[in-house]
Amino acid sequence: MSTTADFRLIDSTLRDGSHAISHQYYAEDVMKIVQGLDAAGVQVIEIAHGDGLGGSSFNYGFSAVPEKDLIAQACEVSGNAKIACLLLPGIGLADDLREVKELGVGMARIATHCTEADISEQHIKVAKSLGMETIGFLMMSHMNSPEGLAEQALLMQSYGADSIYIADSAGAMTTEDVRRRVGALVAALDVPVGVHAHNNLSMAVANSIAAYEEGAANLDGTSAGLGAGAGNCPTEILAAVSDRYGIMTGVDPLKLMDLAEEIVRPLMPRQQVIDRAGLLLGYAGVYGSFLLHSQRAAERYNVSQAEILLELGRRKVVGGQEDMIIDVALELAAMHAQEE
Amino acid sequence: MALRCAIIGSGNIGTDLMIKMLRSDTLNLTALVGIDPDSDGLKRAKSLGLQAPYDGPDWVLKHAHEFDMIFDATSAYVHVRYHHKYQDAGITAIDLTPASRGPKVIAAVNMHEHLDAPNINLVTCGGQATTPMVFAVRRALNVLPYAEMVSTVASRSAGPGTRQNIDEFTKTTSMALREIGGAEHAKAIIVLNPADPPIMMRNTVFAGIPEGSDHDAVIESVYDMEKQVTSFVPGYRLKNPPVIEEGPFHTPGGVVPHRAVILLEVAGAGDYLPEYAGNLDIMTVAAMRVGEAVAKHRVTGLSEPAQL
Repeated sequence: MSTTADFRLIDSTLRDGSHAISHQYYAEDVMKIVQGLDAAGVQVIEIAHGDGLGGSSFNYGFSAVPEKDLIAQACEVSGNAKIACLLLPGIGLADDLREVKELGVGMARIATHCTEADISEQHIKVAKSLGMETIGFLMMSHMNSPEGLAEQALLMQSYGADSIYIADSAGAMTTEDVRRRVGALVAALDVPVGVHAHNNLSMAVANSIAAYEEGAANLDGTSAGLGAGAGNCPTEILAAVSDRYGIMTGVDPLKLMDLAEEIVRPLMPRQQVIDRAGLLLGYAGVYGSFLLHSQRAAERYNVSQAEILLELGRRKVVGGQEDMIIDVALELAAMHAQEE
Repeated sequence: MALRCAIIGSGNIGTDLMIKMLRSDTLNLTALVGIDPDSDGLKRAKSLGLQAPYDGPDWVLKHAHEFDMIFDATSAYVHVRYHHKYQDAGITAIDLTPASRGPKVIAAVNMHEHLDAPNINLVTCGGQATTPMVFAVRRALNVLPYAEMVSTVASRSAGPGTRQNIDEFTKTTSMALREIGGAEHAKAIIVLNPADPPIMMRNTVFAGIPEGSDHDAVIESVYDMEKQVTSFVPGYRLKNPPVIEEGPFHTPGGVVPHRAVILLEVAGAGDYLPEYAGNLDIMTVAAMRVGEAVAKHRVTGLSEPAQL
């Protein structure tokens, strides 16, 4: 494939996609997906527990295979693609960065809620000192104004981040929301800007293209859209649509389609459709990875998943507060018991 | 005879602790030490008639003969640099940072074990809130293969110390869940929530329950522990009844068929910061309890028997 590209595509099938399969990736899946992405010309492949390094837990779900085994596998298999890991300060540790660096990981993405960038200082500096390309990743970006988000991005830039991402973790943004935020960051920062889109409002591809038009230099996708909530921006669709727009991606859309169809779809316990729960996440602005957790809690306590999600939206919970799903489910169950 | 005390660190924690300590009969607070003369904490200290120097921990070392005990409410980084200097000066240090230099003490569980230690570490706010519940589950079981805590605090009550030392928070807390709580493996997670109005501090404890365990005994033990902690932290409560959920769960301590889920909330007493800052309050209450226990122990040479 051509090495010239108008933006850099970062594939997160093996990280964000992990949510959709409840973190049950095996070494063979990793091998096939990395090979497929690498062959298609994808430059960066992110892999970790869905909630980042160290995410395997009661709260977020235990990984079937220790993530570092899978990361080692990805580093071994990858030919040209750089292997990336995500880390959320408060969940993963700087020591995790040191370990994955040893395994061959070349990029660290340090993620915080969109108003809490200052908790990333320690980890951004460690990643930089290890010689890793380091990206600051602002989650749930719909919950901060363009100006507020730019201030947070400037903090991450001051810690040494090589670029900054706007993550629409709830898939709650309209194209206009994305344009204003990307515009604000591009104007404020010296480093490149990226966008990580989710599809809860069916806007992921359109929002990614809009981000590109406003000057975003990095865009995220996952194969077949595999990911939290109604899924991510599907890598193969983004590549195909970019082609139609005449935007150079440097990747082969046909090879990405083959990967999605032949390798990733057979792994999926459910297709990434925008059903009521998925749509509600985007509509209520709730963290995408709450989808399967809220489904399980709804079944366990015999309450409505939709009610759980709407209540979580009202409480303004942020990414990482999966325990509050149980809290809300118990309270709804108690309320219904009282009514009867 | 009261112990002569100074608080180092004039941020949220130090200032809240100052207000509590001025009510104590056994801890005689004479100084709040900071680094910023314009900080609200130092201004308050001055108006309350305390010494309020702004040249940091070195001031205490220069005036070492004036103090028996210091309470360090700075940051793990600062405490690591100074802890041996306090010890060399013969000053007992109660460490409110997650520096983890001295033995760890959780006020509701092992307060009487380390009253002679020159340095006592109070773990973290989340550790003070959740370790008692891990201990409660453990005492009802023969073995606790894995425990986990998730602490969510309002962004406005997480100061720069917490923010710059977030790894120390999770590492020190998970150590306390193992060493004091009795879990074989443990994990700690902290989340900051910026919602306005600010949320109350929330802590959730998950505990892996092995095959053949007495679930009723676990629940009863959790309720007993709630009473015990509430006796000195009035804002501490089970937000919802503890539940046992069915798995299986593939924990780092092995596969377990069930897990206990214990949902806690901590409201602060509102001494310095508002009610939502329960994370600060549980820490300063623990510091007071431990400081007063050390003072009593020095006078009588006896420690109260542990009430467990």
